[in-house]
Amino acid sequence: MLPKEVFEALQAEHGPDAVFDLHDDAAKDRDPWFQVAPAALVAVCEKLKTDPRFSIDYLECLTGVDYPAKAQIHVVYHLWSYSLLHRVVLKVALPRDEPKVATLSTVWSVANWHERECFDLLGVHFEGHPDLRRLLLPDDWEGYPLRKDYAEKADYHGIPTTRPNPLDLFQIGKAPAKA
Amino acid sequence: MTTPLPTGADARYADDGGSVISTRVDEMVNWLLNWGRSNSIWYLLFGLACCAIELMHTGGPRGDLERFGSAPRPSPRSSDLIIVAGTLTYKMAIRVRRLFDQMSEPRYVISMGSCSNCGGLFQYAYSVCKGVDQIIPVDVYVPGCPPRPEALLEGLLRIQDKIKGEKYLQRRYGVAV
Repeated sequence: MLPKEVFEALQAEHGPDAVFDLHDDAAKDRDPWFQVAPAALVAVCEKLKTDPRFSIDYLECLTGVDYPAKAQIHVVYHLWSYSLLHRVVLKVALPRDEPKVATLSTVWSVANWHERECFDLLGVHFEGHPDLRRLLLPDDWEGYPLRKDYAEKADYHGIPTTRPNPLDLFQIGKAPAKA
Repeated sequence: MTTPLPTGADARYADDGGSVISTRVDEMVNWLLNWGRSNSIWYLLFGLACCAIELMHTGGPRGDLERFGSAPRPSPRSSDLIIVAGTLTYKMAIRVRRLFDQMSEPRYVISMGSCSNCGGLFQYAYSVCKGVDQIIPVDVYVPGCPPRPEALLEGLLRIQDKIKGEKYLQRRYGVAV
């Protein structure tokens, strides 16, 4: 199925409030995508998985994108069907100050670690996730480093996070200061 | 202008006509101990990133680190040398510090490659430690990204030079004489 057909079938099923905003311009958006309302995400994904017209059996990739200008964080789901060989890309727009969306680990269990990574780096809370801990960074890390306004701390457990430039340190290539 | 008189352990080597015999014995035993130590530098089998591949090359038949008596050890407790080979993240830095603490004295550190020297290519990343010398004392820095096996061999020979220059008998805990 083409993304446009998937979009229209889903919109007929769930209504234009739940599935909207199709971007089908192949030249501009190399993967055509559309938005899903956060409240309808699990229902839409269940439909994509179980309906034989879609039979999406693989969550390829789950990413988060921070848009401070829009005050939004988008979670992007790349879905793939091994049986029908078609791809569907969903985006969910979440408010930046409190990004919360239902977990998809009940639909595709691979979402478990994907969502942990997204929580780790962007601080998106996946409600109903069985084990929402940091995946890559240390457990005691503060902040979410892939947010655009992340500021690096001065040290981590006493290890400084900066290193002086040796050219400045030893005055290489500069005239010696007159005493 | 006169040179200052040697003090401490160096005073025993001073040409003052004093304990000639004991001085010679000291030097001989020191030389013997250093000869043994410098030709049996066992290094901790420890790699972090792509530099670890070059470290394996160095240990392989082309580089053949073992011709200098240097063998990989699986435990820090039986190692003399730790080669920090690769990008060091803060998460790993805590572990490297612990591994170093588990090694018994005397212990030596080679910082291999740009990443462990100063953070290298990844030094602007939020998760990368800006040089292993921020957490443990480094004896030899091997530049390169990654260094060739010959460069790491050179680093090992510099560690051997350092060991041969030490007065092991007069060594005290934590103080290099």
